[in-house]
Amino acid sequence: MRRAAAWLAMGMAGLALAACSGAQDSLNPAGDQAAHTQDVWRLMLIVCGAMYVLVMAFLGWALWRARRALDGPPLEDAVKSSADAPMRNALVGWTALIILGLGVLAVGSFLVDRSLARADTKDALHIKITGNQWWWQVEYQDPDPSRQFTTANELHLPANRPAILELAAQDVIHSFWIPNLAGKEDLIPGRTNWLTLNPRRIGVYRGQCAEFCGLQHAQMALDATVEDPQAFEAWRQAQLKPAPPPSNDAQVRGQGVFINGACGSCHEIAGSDAHGRTGPDLTHLASRRKLAAGALPVGRDGLIAWLHDPQAIKPGNHMPLVHMSDQDLNDLVAYLQSLS
Amino acid sequence: MSSPCRRLERLAAAALAAALLAGCQRETRDFHGPPPPSGPQASGVSPSDLAAGGGPIGPPHDPRAAIYEDNAFHIGEGKRYYDWYNCYGCHAAGGGDIGPPLMDDQWIYGGSIEQIHASIVEGRPNGMPSFRNKIPDDQVWEIAAYIRSMGGNVAKDAAPSRGDELQSSLAKTQVKPTPAKPAAPTDQPR
Ligand code: HEC
Ligand code: HEC
Ligand SMILES: [Cu+2]
Repeated sequence: MRRAAAWLAMGMAGLALAACSGAQDSLNPAGDQAAHTQDVWRLMLIVCGAMYVLVMAFLGWALWRARRALDGPPLEDAVKSSADAPMRNALVGWTALIILGLGVLAVGSFLVDRSLARADTKDALHIKITGNQWWWQVEYQDPDPSRQFTTANELHLPANRPAILELAAQDVIHSFWIPNLAGKEDLIPGRTNWLTLNPRRIGVYRGQCAEFCGLQHAQMALDATVEDPQAFEAWRQAQLKPAPPPSNDAQVRGQGVFINGACGSCHEIAGSDAHGRTGPDLTHLASRRKLAAGALPVGRDGLIAWLHDPQAIKPGNHMPLVHMSDQDLNDLVAYLQSLS
Repeated sequence: MSSPCRRLERLAAAALAAALLAGCQRETRDFHGPPPPSGPQASGVSPSDLAAGGGPIGPPHDPRAAIYEDNAFHIGEGKRYYDWYNCYGCHAAGGGDIGPPLMDDQWIYGGSIEQIHASIVEGRPNGMPSFRNKIPDDQVWEIAAYIRSMGGNVAKDAAPSRGDELQSSLAKTQVKPTPAKPAAPTDQPR
């Protein structure tokens, strides 16, 4: 029995610690919105915590009194003699305390809402994010079309520069949530929602779809990298370029497999003849950290596992298993790895 | 409680369970598709084997056809891929455009699922491109099953609903929303 309890406690502690890596954690804010949200959370914790302690203290006191009353005079006398007036006062005080507590919470959340609505949007980056079953399309907008580009399942943001996200959905309702940066915002088919981010702290954070959207909802994550403005600019310049041309025989053959096979009907690789629009843009696939919305690491092993059978990695996802020879698979992976 | 009444109850429960289980078939989700056949393949027929005007010549019956034709999941996926592989571009939502209509019962090259499969894989001489190797075979079957469903040729309980394009008015969610101003976002995280 003791043993079981100890194991249970250790398990709970393990679970609690697992949540502490900090990359997907609303209590570890890296942006203004999350910081504001944390403020309300703290306020609520303090107010509700204090009320909880008070209630428990009164309960303990009442129990203690009840025990003593058993040994004392009969109940009617006890009620008459000691309780009436103080009890009434205590109840009035208690009611006042509740009203005060709720008032503090209401004012606090109003103030936070107001500061969220007044987020700084000067010189903001404009990014369109489209939710798909089960991946994110990310388009960096610019008035100048030659400075627009598309990527998938990753977001790069310069620190201390606001970003306005335009949120849309292709198929069903999804919800965009990077806890370290801001609260959730739904992506709804046929409608555009907006979310402003003011990232402050450099780091890599993890976002996750937060609205059940079908079979692979759990494997619909995205990486958000907050970096210093120079690093962001370098990344952006690299993303603006078309894919590098294949540089050896294996890569040339791999590109052939990609374009002549099914891949090119669904995927775009800028600078090649693959112009599919229904799957993630793969132009700079090798520069990402994760494959298939967080399901696998980018790299040879991840790519082979994915292409060998995408339906084993994310059952039911909309990329079909394409049968091919081992040689073709190797060439294809060599080509995809060259897309940095 | 009399025992005949109990019996009846049990029978009814069993019948209900059987009906429910039968319903499972229409939604079976096989993400890999069935294994390729060992016998003659639909895609082994070349266009020249097929006289324009249909006729009895055509690919032989394929055992995989039934798996796709009566399955709501496969037909629904076919509907998605019909759009993704841009059949729309030439056949519109089935009513025809550059390409012939696919939802009526007039076929140039035959309207069995095997013949439609062959039309997609082989291409057809008067302007229908070949999708051999461009579309994985499972998906060709799914698309063919969907085309069959356009004309009401599959079980009703497995057929998907009509596409939005075929409705006389746009669905509420498809009406273009009034653009919100990006400069002053109104919806904020809660
Ligand atoms: C029917 C359309 C379709 C075809 C054909 C297709 N894909 Fe995909 N692919 C997708 C979709 C959809 C996803 C996103 C899956 C997900 O994450 O849920 C995807 C994801 C990927 C990814 C991961 C991308 C990322 O951003 O992490 C790679 C790599 C990829 N596909 C390569 C290929 C290759 C190589 C082929 C050809 C053998 C191919 N695909 C054929 C639709 C397709
Ligand atoms: C470039 C235009 C084009 C595209 C794209 C196209 N088709 Fe066609 N399709 C045609 C034309 C034209 C014909 C008539 C060919 C003929 O008469 O020889 C045709 C014929 C067909 C037929 C035979 C119809 C009959 O009456 O026998 C089928 C089935 C068909 N297409 C399905 C598809 C599917 C499925 C797709 C998407 C994967 C598709 N088509 C994409 C142009 C197109
Ligand atoms: Cu989801």
